[in-house]
Amino acid sequence: MAKVKGAIVIDIEKCKGCGLCVEVCPQKVIALGDKVNAKGYFYADVVNENCTACENCVMICPDTVITLYRAKVEV
Amino acid sequence: MSEIRLMMGNEAIAEAAIRAGCDGYFGYPITPQSEVLEYLMAEKPYERTGMVVLQAESELAAVNMLYGGGAAGKRVMTTSSSPGISLMQEAISYMAGAEIPCLIANVVRGGPGLGTIQPSQSDYFQATKGGGHGDYCLFVLAPSSVQEMADFVKLGFEMAFKYRNPVMILSDGVIGQVMEKVELIDPIPRRTQEEIIKECPWATTGKTPDRERNIITSLDLDPIRQEKHVMNLKEKFEKMKEDVMWENIQTDDAEYLIVAYGSSARISQKTIDLARNEGIKVGLFRPITLYPFPEKELERLSKQVKGILSVEMSLGQLIEDVRLAVHDRVPVEHYGRVGGSVHTPFQVLEALKEKIVNKY
Amino acid sequence: MDVKFESWKEIIKDENIAFKKTKVLTDNILSYCPGCGHGVVHRLVAETIEEMEIQDQTIGIAPVGCAVLAYDFFDLDMQQAAHGRAPALATAIKRLYPEKFVFTYQGDGDLAAIGGNETIHACNRGENITIIFINNGIYGMTGGQMAPTTLEGMVTSTSPYGRDPKLMGYPLRITELIAMLPGTYYVTRQAVYKPAYVRKAKKAIRKAFENQKLNKGVSFVEIVSNCNSGWKMTPVEANKWLEENMLKTFPLGDIKVDGELVKEL
Repeated sequence: MAKVKGAIVIDIEKCKGCGLCVEVCPQKVIALGDKVNAKGYFYADVVNENCTACENCVMICPDTVITLYRAKVEV
Repeated sequence: MSEIRLMMGNEAIAEAAIRAGCDGYFGYPITPQSEVLEYLMAEKPYERTGMVVLQAESELAAVNMLYGGGAAGKRVMTTSSSPGISLMQEAISYMAGAEIPCLIANVVRGGPGLGTIQPSQSDYFQATKGGGHGDYCLFVLAPSSVQEMADFVKLGFEMAFKYRNPVMILSDGVIGQVMEKVELIDPIPRRTQEEIIKECPWATTGKTPDRERNIITSLDLDPIRQEKHVMNLKEKFEKMKEDVMWENIQTDDAEYLIVAYGSSARISQKTIDLARNEGIKVGLFRPITLYPFPEKELERLSKQVKGILSVEMSLGQLIEDVRLAVHDRVPVEHYGRVGGSVHTPFQVLEALKEKIVNKY
Repeated sequence: MDVKFESWKEIIKDENIAFKKTKVLTDNILSYCPGCGHGVVHRLVAETIEEMEIQDQTIGIAPVGCAVLAYDFFDLDMQQAAHGRAPALATAIKRLYPEKFVFTYQGDGDLAAIGGNETIHACNRGENITIIFINNGIYGMTGGQMAPTTLEGMVTSTSPYGRDPKLMGYPLRITELIAMLPGTYYVTRQAVYKPAYVRKAKKAIRKAFENQKLNKGVSFVEIVSNCNSGWKMTPVEANKWLEENMLKTFPLGDIKVDGELVKEL
């Protein structure tokens, strides 16, 4: 049975670690990491693969650093 | 075939704008120049050439409409008078910094403050020494007749776009209000979109795929880059000197000289005749561009005369540029009524005798 | 690019892209503070222009304030206006180029304080322009001073003991003011502090740009937004504070649609 699955790619050099995406992700896919980018921000990172491509993170991200992918996957 | 009419200076500048291919006029009422906007509203140039005419809510808004229109490559202009021109200084500095062409006429009235509504010339410093903040100059034209009020619109736009810089027509209540014969040019069509893009590739006409976006700003947070920009502006202000203009009247045999522009030059012409009737050989040197100031020509004349009277309806502003050009070679004195009072040819003659002829 | 999860390798392919950055935004990193609403609104305006395919016909006006550098972020022909004067620039451009799309992008200090008169008169003349107005109740760029929209009792660097209306006046609801002017056609107040509101704000901005084709007057979109550094809160806290405080004085929703008031003022 096919199921819609999502995946995101974060441009970690442009992320400012504002944490808004973490707040709005229903699957808790994203969390602020413990590593910093060149600008010294603790950038956001993916911590699980349960993304459903609901678009909340790309809606709220002020710096448009997230690219979202969506595909039908056989489960 | 050009057309000859009897017109008020303020109306001549309005009609000249329509004929010079002006795209937009944005004004605001203030005595003694409200006739410009009144004429344009009555004339409905929108139907003649498509020219936009708009009464703004303040001089602040009007001059910033110039910023928007000029930065988009259009020929735009405004007119106002002293207090209104003071309100425009910030935007004028912005336009000098962002290199935006436009035309601004100041029909000067008595100051300071609300002042009077009668003619004066006490905005010379503001016009020529940069009335706003920062290092910049305006190309300043001083008409002394209704004919020049008309002619300097076309010339003003040419200078504005040649140098990508605001141009000021520094007139006054006399020149604005007086009615004289004026020969009007045949109308020049407004430029098409293609012509604008060709002449002003820097203008914000909409970022087409074939080019990078155009940004019009006077902001730069990097002082090194801004320094380079200001030095480029300096080169431009130097280059403007190739378009300096003046007029010599009866100076060939002059032993004394009057320096005056605008209405004071007209008044002084009569003084010259009166003086020559009394055997005083005096000539008139009339700067037409106030920036660039015709210093070389004045310096040449100063070698031929015994004394110079700078005549200006102010406490003495023009005189500083005259002294700079003359380098103390000969005495230079000032005469001028102020506050909106206009001197007569006879008063100028008395001053010439008292301050110059009887002493040197 | 190392993909963290095996299962994602299948998904992360170009043909599966569901959302990516619009080409109408440049690659420059935004100058805004982490979590600032300006960034979201920039994206919504840029996406709208891309979707309407009007990048080559749109001229934007940047204000003085945090968004003064907007021309570094929009890949559009743009002009930077003196503080408060953007509506005057936009008036001239639109009248001189009636077929172009013209928008101003302004903050609360720019639009409601120094530029109040330009705002009112551009709206009163019914100029066919779009005004995007970011209301975060503070002067951000200059370091957090009180703005016309600062709330009663709100602490800023120039109202250190809280805004006292008796001394410093009341929060100015300029959007309601201009909604009463016949020259305004579409007036709405939106927010971008939650995904659902971002989607609504996007629709409002799209409507505001589409309206320009109708030549029916000003489309005015206020966006209530956070100012994390000015309010001295984290982005998440600021959005929460916004919901509990800003929206009481600045209620969301359409105020005027198709020239008709849809709300009791």
